[in-house]
Amino acid sequence: MKGFEVTMRFVDEFRQPELISKAAEEIRRLADPGRHYRMMEVCGGHTHAIYRFGLKDVLPSNLELIHGPGCPVCVLPMGRIDDGLAVAQQPNVIFAAFGDMMRVPGTQGSPLEHKARGMDVRIVYSPADALKLARTNPEKHVLFFAIGFETTAPSTALTILRAKAEGIKNFSVFCNHVTIIPAIRAILDSPDMRLDAFIGPGHVSTVIGCRPYEWIAQNERKPIVVCGFEPLDLLQSIVMLLRQLKAGEAKVENQYKRVVPWEGNRAALRAMSEVFQLRSYFEWRGLGFISQSALRIRDEYAEWDTEQRFSVPGVRVTDPKAAQCGEVLKGVLKPHQCKLFGRECTPEHPIGALMVSSEGSCAAYYNYEHRKMATANILIQTA
Amino acid sequence: MCLAIPGKIIEIASDNPESALIDVVGVRRRVDLGLLQDDRPVPGDWVLIHVGFAMSKICEQDAKEQMETLKMLGESEAALQEVSGYGLDDSITD
Repeated sequence: MKGFEVTMRFVDEFRQPELISKAAEEIRRLADPGRHYRMMEVCGGHTHAIYRFGLKDVLPSNLELIHGPGCPVCVLPMGRIDDGLAVAQQPNVIFAAFGDMMRVPGTQGSPLEHKARGMDVRIVYSPADALKLARTNPEKHVLFFAIGFETTAPSTALTILRAKAEGIKNFSVFCNHVTIIPAIRAILDSPDMRLDAFIGPGHVSTVIGCRPYEWIAQNERKPIVVCGFEPLDLLQSIVMLLRQLKAGEAKVENQYKRVVPWEGNRAALRAMSEVFQLRSYFEWRGLGFISQSALRIRDEYAEWDTEQRFSVPGVRVTDPKAAQCGEVLKGVLKPHQCKLFGRECTPEHPIGALMVSSEGSCAAYYNYEHRKMATANILIQTA
Repeated sequence: MCLAIPGKIIEIASDNPESALIDVVGVRRRVDLGLLQDDRPVPGDWVLIHVGFAMSKICEQDAKEQMETLKMLGESEAALQEVSGYGLDDSITD
């Protein structure tokens, strides 16, 4: 019972060890040994948590977790970074972005490398702070490089509304906000992807609620459980999914009720629909062009839209040939199966965005799984 | 990116009902309450914060659990760094 020893070592480190043990046992009881289960965790935060907690060690070997597209930095095509930086090359422009963006490589280097070459690049923790930069630097134009799913998009929307209300004209948003549902649809439509169930994103759902997932259950007949970020949350959600699969059901369930209201946040959705509209299509790294999968700024707010105010090159860049980010993003390859993983591409020198963000599956795999395996190899060699 | 940070509302600006002073384990910063206009919080309430905006009201117990979650994820320092960074302190402009 080697697996069980691993389980016990695992649970000791966390809260509610008895409940974790129980949930792990329940998963083993529910999982049909004659069946192979493939469950996708949509959210990058879950991917990070799964590797950090070593959840694979407590799951039966016939239950596979597939990492989904829910890491906003990872799905952004390199051309968009080049476009944003191209506008920021102009004189008197400040390029403001979240810290996650700073090391993401563009064709001519990351925002941080552009800063080293003299570009005015600032880390902000909130879009409101990018607006504050515009207020305090009236002689400059502040470009906020906006990324994120529905968790972050309402804050950008509200910031644009605030800029309008205050009449701040030296501020614009380079909008790269994407929406989660079309990405899930694209994955379900992909012919090389077979999935049994979904672990639904937690914080995106605080905004959109649980209803937008109903088509996955009703039309695609796949169970989905909106899930929190602790080991117990993840294991409980897997139990809920297995119970549905066993009963032949497909429902939307909410395991993360303590944070996610079924109806979402209407004020946030209102702000989004006031400022944004769906783009007819948008390119996703690894997934290609997906229709109605991203947000653009409405014409009424054109003054705060980088793409309407400036001439944006509209660069399309194919990923480095050897890098297999696309296959990893779609869950077709595991991170370590990419030819560059851990050799040319590491968190210190990332080639693809999946290696940059802590929510990217390559960085998560590298930081936890890869290091653990390296340590184990050393132990074997020295034994 | 996906960090949701629990904080307690200390006071709401008298001249701006959508600006609140919040406390996250001792770090105090201003956050925007505009996304909670349908269910306005009052001082003493707990909220989840994401990129400088309160996203949802939660109870004190859930706030404590959320902080534990961040600790477990190894992200409590990043969360505090984020909160400290709201308002663009000099320390974070690099």
